[in-house]
Amino acid sequence: MIALYFQNMPDIMIRALVVGTLVSLCASLLGVTLVLKRYSMIGDGLSHVGFGALAIAAVLHAGKASMAVSLPIVMLAAFVLMWLTEKRRMQGDAAIAVLSTGAIAVGTLLFRFSDNPYQDICNSLFGTASMALLSDADMWISVGVSVAVIGLFILFYTRIFSVTFDASFAKATGVHVGFYSLMLAALTAVTVVIGMKMVGAIMVSGLIIFPALSAMRVAKQFKTVMITSAALSLVCFFTGFFLSLLLEAQPGPAIIAVHVLSFLICCLIGSLKTRIRTRKTRGIVVEPPCKASR
Amino acid sequence: MALLTFESVGLSYGGDNVAHDVSFSVNAGEFWGIIGENGSGKTTLMKALLGLLPCASGRIVMGEGLKPNEIGYLPQQSAIQKDFPASVFEVVLSGTIGWRGRKPFYGKRERETARENMDLLGLLPLEEHSYQELSGGQQQRVLLARALCATKKCLVLDEPTTGLDPVVTAEFYRLLNDINARGMTIVMVSHDVEEAVRSCSHILHLSCHPLFIGTAAEYKNSPIGRKYLKETAV
Repeated sequence: MIALYFQNMPDIMIRALVVGTLVSLCASLLGVTLVLKRYSMIGDGLSHVGFGALAIAAVLHAGKASMAVSLPIVMLAAFVLMWLTEKRRMQGDAAIAVLSTGAIAVGTLLFRFSDNPYQDICNSLFGTASMALLSDADMWISVGVSVAVIGLFILFYTRIFSVTFDASFAKATGVHVGFYSLMLAALTAVTVVIGMKMVGAIMVSGLIIFPALSAMRVAKQFKTVMITSAALSLVCFFTGFFLSLLLEAQPGPAIIAVHVLSFLICCLIGSLKTRIRTRKTRGIVVEPPCKASR
Repeated sequence: MALLTFESVGLSYGGDNVAHDVSFSVNAGEFWGIIGENGSGKTTLMKALLGLLPCASGRIVMGEGLKPNEIGYLPQQSAIQKDFPASVFEVVLSGTIGWRGRKPFYGKRERETARENMDLLGLLPLEEHSYQELSGGQQQRVLLARALCATKKCLVLDEPTTGLDPVVTAEFYRLLNDINARGMTIVMVSHDVEEAVRSCSHILHLSCHPLFIGTAAEYKNSPIGRKYLKETAV
């Protein structure tokens, strides 16, 4: 495996780094909204559906175009989950549990019919052993889709803030809340599918949730949380990726392990910051005068 | 023409009829308190006014060029908001979202409106502070500033003083009266009858259908008003 890296180092490295960078950005931006809207588990549920979808792709011998098969399936599952939760047809967490365990069960059975069951299951769960295994088709899908996710996110940033902070206020001021919920679901599905290639189905929700949680420990404004989340995600990806090369390990677990470490560091910084602030403001009541009531 | 006219409005929620035959009109500059017990249909009525729920029968007519998305809404706080990482400025600015059309980002005009309303409510010193670190009263004032950004004519408030201590509550009502005195029409849903009677100019007492419609002074002296005030005082 390592020999493979050295033979075609430039091409493989560039490919892995480009896709990894884009996926990390997508995941970190979406993560903030998902965590704040209490939708963290949706990402987790969708990743299990993604596992099932990869099984279907393997059985169909889609091989190099596995993403073309898994994308629509996961997106459909995302819409179904949102619909179930919004319409209160089923409790959100129950719906996610049903969908994810079901997908894992069916997926594992289906993998029996693939060419190389053990290898395929392992790759789907823990990420491809090296990102060099990313086919041309999958790479271009990843790049295209993640650029679209980032673009849409920036374009709708203000509305996404409004919908996340207060859906009923947004609705009353004429924002199409339902549309943005669906869009978030679709973007999450897409991010899960492309992130899964890198870190595997089990860990992809970590890619989405960790940077957001870490950022919220240290930053207290929406914009700075977003920027911190994106920056942390990139740092963790690069560190994890090169660590995996060094240790001759899979990149997925290495990247997520670095995320765990960064979360712990952010927790520490966060608690230090609060301690300093409370010491500063102790005894001072910040109650500004009111112009309207003068 | 009145700013808001309810024409024999009937409402249902989840298949149940929660209110019927609600007819009254709100003129510009008035401060209405909609009171009633839990399940009296007051929250549903407010949602219909905001266009969040359809009327089962009748209609709500808006006059003086008021559009449904030009009402400033102060909803009840959700658990999500309490620990939301956003600066005061970001929250207040998001109030202008309705009149931005298809533009993706906030412009100079939106920022100025946000600053003006923060100044009005004394929030400028807190501009950069995080919403999650404010006291309950300050948070409510931020949401009020956001609602003011969304409207020039009409505010709708949903139980605005829930969870606030008496001192902060009194201050909040004083603020509302000042905003009202500047010409803003206010419709407030509340179960705090005493405060509503003290602060509002008009009262609608709802119990699936209107039990009382009129001025607050009349309500205080009406049999139903006296009875309800006595009941809730205990």
